[in-house]
Amino acid sequence: MIVEVTALIELKNLSKTFNQGTENEVVALKNINITINDGDIFGIIGLSGAGKSTLVRCINYLEVPTGGSVVFDGIDLGAISEKELLATRRHMSMIFQNFNLLSQQTAIKNVCFPMEISGVPKAEAKKRATELLTLVGLGDKLDFYPAQLSGGQKQRVAIARALTTNPRVLLCDEVTSALDPNTTRSILELLQTINKTMGVTIIMITHEMKVIEQICNKVAVLDHSEIVEMGNVKDIFLAPKSKIARELILPKSEGVDSIGDGGIYLRLVFDGTTAFEPVISNLALECRAAVNILAANTKNIEGKAYGQMVLQLPTDQSVVERIENYLDKKGIVYKEEDSYVE
Amino acid sequence: MLSNLNGEMIKLLAAGIGETLYMTLVSTFVAYIIGLPVGILLYITDEDGIKENKVVNKVLGTAVNLLRSIPFILFLVAIMPVTRFIVGTTIGSTATIVPLVGSAAPYIARMVESSLKEVDYGVIEAARSMGANAKQIIFKVLLVEAKPSLIVGAAITITTILGYTAMAGMVGGGGLGAIAINYGYYRYQTDIAWVTIALLIIVVQIFQEIGSRIAKHSDKRA
Ligand SMILES: Nc1ncnc2c1ncn2[C@@H]1O[C@H](COP(=O)(O)OP(=O)(O)O)[C@@H](O)[C@H]1O
Ligand SMILES: [Mg+2]
Repeated sequence: MIVEVTALIELKNLSKTFNQGTENEVVALKNINITINDGDIFGIIGLSGAGKSTLVRCINYLEVPTGGSVVFDGIDLGAISEKELLATRRHMSMIFQNFNLLSQQTAIKNVCFPMEISGVPKAEAKKRATELLTLVGLGDKLDFYPAQLSGGQKQRVAIARALTTNPRVLLCDEVTSALDPNTTRSILELLQTINKTMGVTIIMITHEMKVIEQICNKVAVLDHSEIVEMGNVKDIFLAPKSKIARELILPKSEGVDSIGDGGIYLRLVFDGTTAFEPVISNLALECRAAVNILAANTKNIEGKAYGQMVLQLPTDQSVVERIENYLDKKGIVYKEEDSYVE
Repeated sequence: MLSNLNGEMIKLLAAGIGETLYMTLVSTFVAYIIGLPVGILLYITDEDGIKENKVVNKVLGTAVNLLRSIPFILFLVAIMPVTRFIVGTTIGSTATIVPLVGSAAPYIARMVESSLKEVDYGVIEAARSMGANAKQIIFKVLLVEAKPSLIVGAAITITTILGYTAMAGMVGGGGLGAIAINYGYYRYQTDIAWVTIALLIIVVQIFQEIGSRIAKHSDKRA
């Protein structure tokens, strides 16, 4: 079977400047070019204030861009009437960090809401809302008010609500940022299932690499209003080019003394081809060398090592060679870097 | 003590309570018909509102502030020609309703506006993202989410109007206020003045209690 890849959303030279032409001018997005394909789980990562929320709000035109265009399923959102825009928004649902449920309405009423505003008959809406709430695991909480639900349950209601209109895409803005790690994982699993079984494209805004790692296939790194890196998650995770991507993947560990200034920095990449073992202590023993771990983010998955690590080596060239030989022998991929700085 | 409180007077007081309630409730109702839409308009036309409109906001805002800055007792006198035109007289309970509405409507508009401002903007954002239009956002989101706060506001409004009805008694209005003035002040029956005050306090308490109970019962956030 040939799987045809078609673009669902194209952002072309998208720009957004708030308060343009005034002294409070803020450039939030600069020349963003992104193509999101049907079926993608597309991550957009960046630090706070990078412009992520603005970007996702431009995609459904809650925020009107000041430059460039948003093309959704072949339709230029800037070229259609207000009425057509409202209708188009029903194909692109949004989920939020703070859930944004109606606090005065029950779970089922909340899920019925999008159908109510698009004129679906009451009985039909209720039936579909019940199905969707059951799908997200809240079949027994239909008549609960948001205040009676946990954070994860509220987000499940929001997901059910987002699915009522059979959207082509789910726009998720920091949807797990208010949740604890376990709840985060289960919500991400739910979104992944929805993507797989219903074919809903997902755009995942986050500041956490672990969210991208867990479910995204593509990622764009946003820094100071611009895309600095974009591609397959696997590629970027293994060889991040931008400083910001490296920092997001390997948050710098605090309180590490460096071996004076200078020295050589090695980025070690564990891509699952080597066994998980105490690499550094073995390396220190075999090479009789003292190394500094500047950052590390490794995982043991079924006995194999995944992740990255940044080491600072002594300046002595012969020691460096010994270490590199050792790594070659072990089959660990590494790359020399000039510096590892903020 | 209470030497003037004879059977005749009790009948008069009972009628006074009836008139006071009549003025208060009818004025509140009519004032809401004007104040509620104005309050909604003030909110949606405000900066970053769902129908931002600087001109409408400025005009309405100025009119509301202007009306609110006139003391009720002066307003009541000033609009007597209007009252006479509408009701045919400036004396009595029904005539008092006109200035009461004129004074309460702008007050209600601000109350409604501030209740709507308490609604979490995220919920409005969510409704917008679903393709809701302005009308749907107003009736299915704003008014629904602001309901408990609107009810509290209504209870406060009712008690404020009740206070105004007593003032209207000074210049020919009816109700408990008029009894307090006519008997307590002009005829030196201080005990009657105290009885009317006690009755007014009781009525105010009843309205406040009912309002806060309904609001508490209807609020699903707790
Ligand atoms: N409505 C607005 N008016 C003015 N500036 C804004 C507005 N919304 C966002 N900004 C600014 O745009 C920049 C990007 O914000 P945002 O998209 O919220 O970032 P992120 O979601 O990545 O934290 C910030 O500098 C923010 O202050
Ligand atoms: Mg944000």
